[in-house]
Amino acid sequence: MTIRTMLAASVAFACLCAPALADTSSKKIALSNNYAGNSWRQAMLTSWDKITKEAVSKGVVAAADPFTTAENQATEQAAQIQNMILQGYDAIVVNAASPTALNGAIKEACDAGITVVSFDGIVTEPCAWRIAVDFKKMGESQIDYLAKKLPKGGNLLEIRGLAGVSVDDEIHAGIAAGVSKNSQFKIVGSVNGDWAQDVAQRAVAGILPSLPEVAAVVTQGGDGYGAAQAFAAAKRPTPTIVMGNREDELVWWKQQKDKDGYETMSVSIAPGVSTLAFWVAQQILDGKEVKKDLVVPFLRIDQANLEENLKTTQKGGVANVEYSLEDAQKVIDAK
Amino acid sequence: MKLSSGTIRLIIPAASLVLLLAAVFYMQPRAMSYTGLNLLFNLAVPIALATIAQMLIMSVNDLDLSMGTFVSFCACVSATFLQSSPALGILIFLGAIAAYALIGVVIYVRDLPSIVVTLGMSFVWGGLAVLILPSPGGTAPTWARWLMTAKPPLVPMAIVASILIAAVTHCIVMRSSFGVLMRGVGGNDRSVERAGWSVLGLRAATYALAGFFAVLAGIALVGLTTSADANIALRYTLLSIAGVILGGGQFVGGKVSPIGAVIGALTLTLAGSFLSFMRISPDWQIGAQGAILIVVLALRLALNRLEKREKSE
Repeated sequence: MTIRTMLAASVAFACLCAPALADTSSKKIALSNNYAGNSWRQAMLTSWDKITKEAVSKGVVAAADPFTTAENQATEQAAQIQNMILQGYDAIVVNAASPTALNGAIKEACDAGITVVSFDGIVTEPCAWRIAVDFKKMGESQIDYLAKKLPKGGNLLEIRGLAGVSVDDEIHAGIAAGVSKNSQFKIVGSVNGDWAQDVAQRAVAGILPSLPEVAAVVTQGGDGYGAAQAFAAAKRPTPTIVMGNREDELVWWKQQKDKDGYETMSVSIAPGVSTLAFWVAQQILDGKEVKKDLVVPFLRIDQANLEENLKTTQKGGVANVEYSLEDAQKVIDAK
Repeated sequence: MKLSSGTIRLIIPAASLVLLLAAVFYMQPRAMSYTGLNLLFNLAVPIALATIAQMLIMSVNDLDLSMGTFVSFCACVSATFLQSSPALGILIFLGAIAAYALIGVVIYVRDLPSIVVTLGMSFVWGGLAVLILPSPGGTAPTWARWLMTAKPPLVPMAIVASILIAAVTHCIVMRSSFGVLMRGVGGNDRSVERAGWSVLGLRAATYALAGFFAVLAGIALVGLTTSADANIALRYTLLSIAGVILGGGQFVGGKVSPIGAVIGALTLTLAGSFLSFMRISPDWQIGAQGAILIVVLALRLALNRLEKREKSE
């Protein structure tokens, strides 16, 4: 069963039984967000808005207000969190500008009896909850897929993200682990695509002339379309390029699929993870025991459900899922 | 009794602070408490220190565009060396202060524009900060943490610290002979030189003192955040300049006011909270912050004119 159908079913289910939970109806939850300047963050805020408005109108919580700092700066976000303490929120959901620089403000919030849940950009302060994506597994799943599709193996080109960011290290570690498990694959080249199509295209175009035949390209999201363009410009056969759920990537994939049955997969983290964080905060306020470290599943698109995902993805956006209370409970109960 | 022009210049920043504070209290009565005031103002303490540092540079007619990266660098040193081997940490800080003095000398001797030199230095400090702390982390020295989270009786730490900073720098800048000479360099360095003082030495000392306050800002910031990253204080460059101007200082002529600078830093911090309590959408927040600045400056300009008219009468 795909995540998507699972979600559709549970959303329907959530609509039926959500009002039964009224213990948190007087509680106020705030979202502290450090940046809103790209499609992923915009989708994240839209998802938050959609899900929390519904929750507020049903009386699950009293308020769920999003706040975004004007500049992507840790000191500003620390001040924002301290303001939220003063405003009397019961829980604060944070996408943090820095994993460590907010710890002082977050400790203040915890000391004031506020539940702090961090997601995506997580914080290291022990009193906060963390909803992290298993980026390592996301990298490994790409090699697992390729091992099935290309049992004979071959040469791989790896496109990495922004150097020095922990997410890049983790996805890379996953890919490296997958390659060492499947010795038929060999990474023949590695470039930094900075999660942007134009940067990826330039980088791939630069390294391509020096490479032997490439069987597949492993990516980190936001770079697959650029890689495809670079291969086309160099007039080389298009390898299996793993995509990253961006709309332009999915459109390209669909075109290739219609043309000659091109096959690949796409994987990334869904911006709707903000809604998961919301429900986790709500559950903690409800008195539920929740582990401090939770892992959120990543969103994978395959050949079969490409059209369906493409239909729901906004132009220039990212494929998304929004989480329901039941999904959150599943994540909480998962080992 | 006639008010001195210095006092008049202080009235506008002080009045805007009081006004903003009243508005915040009205919107969020919870802020009207010991913890409330502390939460509102504790992040203003490092900004106030950085503003004082910027004010010292501005008092000799220069501008420091490396303030943000330098405070970030100091924060990184505080969270790493100062914590693990304090002696080495202090040595690095002394080196950094000496570097500041040297920058002051170079700018004067070679007659370079301070904006260009400090802009260049900002990349140096930023690079050093990344070298020291390539990924966010580190731990605040326990004493810095203790100092910044101390709970003195009656008045919260943030207020005590602000008053202390204002009082100490007021003594240095407005009451000591060094302060008079420093402002004299900003007002007319030739006459200071002709009176037999070394402008070179005065500038070096001013820059060193600014470096010292910036170091304090870095330590205070880490004491609040518990750890550092290389980009932690980038905003401080513009915040510190705005703070000085808001507090009645001027870009040229050695006209500065330490008390005003601290009040300016507090006002800027409070303006951010005020806008957040107002629920202004983040798209408008930068603009709104700018609007507050412009209103305060316009008021000051109007008052300056009034002052001039009185003098000419």
